[in-house]
Amino acid sequence: MNHLPLIIKREYITKVKNKSFIVMTFVSPLIMVALFAVVAYLSQLNNDKERTIAVLDETGVLSEEFVNTEHTTYTILTDTNLETAKELTKAKEDFGLLYISKSNDTVNVISSVQFFSDESPSLGIMTSLEKKIEKKLEDAKLIKNGVDIEQIEASKTDITIAQETFTGEKTSKIDSYLKLAFGGAAGYLLFMFIIIYGNMIMRSVIEEKTSRIIEVIISSVKPIQLMMGKIIGTSLAGITQFAIWVILGSILTLVASAVLGINLSELQTPQQEMMNEAMKNPEIANEIQLGLQSFFNLPIANLVIAFMFFFIGGFLLYSSLYAAVGAAVDNETDTQQFMMPILMPLILAVYVGIFTVIEDPHGTVSTVFSFIPFTSPVVMLMRIPFGVPIWQQVLSFAILLCTFVFTVWFAAKIYRVGILMYGKKPSYKELYKWIKY
Amino acid sequence: MNDLLVADSVSKNFGDFRALNDVSISVPKGSIFGLLGPNGAGKTTLIRIINQITMPDTGRVLLDGEPLQPEHVRNIGYLPEERGLYKSMKVGEQALYLAQLKGLSKTEAKQRLKYWFDKLEIGDWWNKKIQELSKGQAQKIQFIVTVLHQPKLLIFDEPFSGFDPINANLIKDEILQLRDEGATVIFSTHRMESVEELCDHIALIHKSNKVLDGKLTDIKRQFKTNTFEVGLQTDRVDEVTKIIKEKFEVFPSTFRNLNDDVKLNIKLNATDTSNDLLSFLTSKAQVHHFVEVVPSANDIFIQTVKNN
Repeated sequence: MNHLPLIIKREYITKVKNKSFIVMTFVSPLIMVALFAVVAYLSQLNNDKERTIAVLDETGVLSEEFVNTEHTTYTILTDTNLETAKELTKAKEDFGLLYISKSNDTVNVISSVQFFSDESPSLGIMTSLEKKIEKKLEDAKLIKNGVDIEQIEASKTDITIAQETFTGEKTSKIDSYLKLAFGGAAGYLLFMFIIIYGNMIMRSVIEEKTSRIIEVIISSVKPIQLMMGKIIGTSLAGITQFAIWVILGSILTLVASAVLGINLSELQTPQQEMMNEAMKNPEIANEIQLGLQSFFNLPIANLVIAFMFFFIGGFLLYSSLYAAVGAAVDNETDTQQFMMPILMPLILAVYVGIFTVIEDPHGTVSTVFSFIPFTSPVVMLMRIPFGVPIWQQVLSFAILLCTFVFTVWFAAKIYRVGILMYGKKPSYKELYKWIKY
Repeated sequence: MNDLLVADSVSKNFGDFRALNDVSISVPKGSIFGLLGPNGAGKTTLIRIINQITMPDTGRVLLDGEPLQPEHVRNIGYLPEERGLYKSMKVGEQALYLAQLKGLSKTEAKQRLKYWFDKLEIGDWWNKKIQELSKGQAQKIQFIVTVLHQPKLLIFDEPFSGFDPINANLIKDEILQLRDEGATVIFSTHRMESVEELCDHIALIHKSNKVLDGKLTDIKRQFKTNTFEVGLQTDRVDEVTKIIKEKFEVFPSTFRNLNDDVKLNIKLNATDTSNDLLSFLTSKAQVHHFVEVVPSANDIFIQTVKNN
């Protein structure tokens, strides 16, 4: 008798109809977007702040560098000494005072620039001030050494190496970033999915134990059927929740940015500036074109298929372990000691993915970890955008599949015995014994 | 083939612990079979083996002459001692789900549930959640779910726990009716008075071994001590007591009645019959009470467990 569809249906419907699940599904994207909106709003507020910086330049050559911008006004002080300038700045409640002391030699100016303010200035302000002075001083030095600045300007070159694979596909640096983003997103998504819904499976196994219904159920169905039904049903509920999150999240983001007039995608201002600048630069604009091009050059079919296989394989592998842990204990607090061995390889996978795949997607470390079954789903998903030979993917998946079968067998053994054990928290030694029952 | 269920030399080990040692039982068709034993004796293990929850290490179990197969779960209804229901699921949905797991179609399950809900007058519970019901109410649902698929073999482990006397009686009557309709019942309990009331066969498991089994009346016969409970009326209490004690082995008796002066349990001498004792007593005093002492299931249980 195959009760699997029936069990999957019940698990799915119970999960989806659960009040806290519904609340989580609909409220968390709301909270996330609201949070982002608040942060964006606040940072915008912060950027809008106008400040005045007084400049006392005793050398008299640097003043012209300080041109007012949208948020910063420079007041150039002349005919005064440092002490009065300080007093003046304080009295006017200006943000701060930049003091460049008189010096015979431009080189010495370097060590004699000071900034006075009430509150310590942000890194951004300081960097921009330093840049302005550096530029001027560099030029001054060059002139002093008899170099024609115009010549230097003229000889500046910006090179973008055109990348092309042997098969003729054009790539670029942006292409690499794109691949990284895709791989990283896929790997991280799997990681999150395993943690959230693995836990959900575990809790639902524990619930069956604590409500004592388990013996009634398994007098009708095989424990492994119940376990698989639970895993599949919960995964489907998880996919539903994820899908709703994505849809709701995008809609809310659109609505929020429309209503608040905030462009959420331009949250981080430095990047924003870079992007704006890049847009002006025809070469980089070209590169963006190329990036778009390279998006379509990504092995999309391979990516999608591999994502499905490794995502499902990886999730099932881990969730069967979660189910086994749930069966072994009586309540959630007892799960701690068994969670570590599950989480370790998972976290390792994410770290390996982040640190080594970026460095060298086809290096020894990332290649090896993309074959080890407990790390392969995450690491392989991160590698695939960089082009992994099909035979490697197939082999890795085959290993994953074999491990999955073994893990399910192992988990089912523990599950079968564990669900009927009450009271005592088992040790690893006892778990080992259960396998032999 | 008169036995619905036969367990043949079943043994089961859990690691180093032997939970069942070569246990054989035969449950006759249409009987109520009491599976008795102290806590931890191995009853639950045997029941789980019959339900195919656990597999025996050696030995086999036959249902209706066939070795147990996964399909047989349809023919067995099991009410475990550790029982419960999904707390946040509605009564009706849950009953339907469990019935479908036993192989009933949804429409059939609905029909039968309606019958049972009407019979036990709980129709208005359909849309309630289990957590809104009392323990006894939930037990009723559990009972219905156990018997709904009309199994040939019903296994009840402590079916009356959690019920008040009225509902316990109601469930008892339902069990008897199911038996009369042809079901065979395995009944595991520590409440010996319900064993007396319901069971016609029993098996006693102690420390993983079967130590006793058979028809309850046969076992009682086996355990009888040829002792008679006697109540006499006489003016000469001391004298009569003394005479009886000289001739027979005598134990104090505790039965209650209105006006007997001498109350004794008297064991027959090896060669005597009950008539010999009676005529001896009538010659000495007025006999008001003369009953053979039948060992209760409780006595048998305690005596057997102590002796093993």
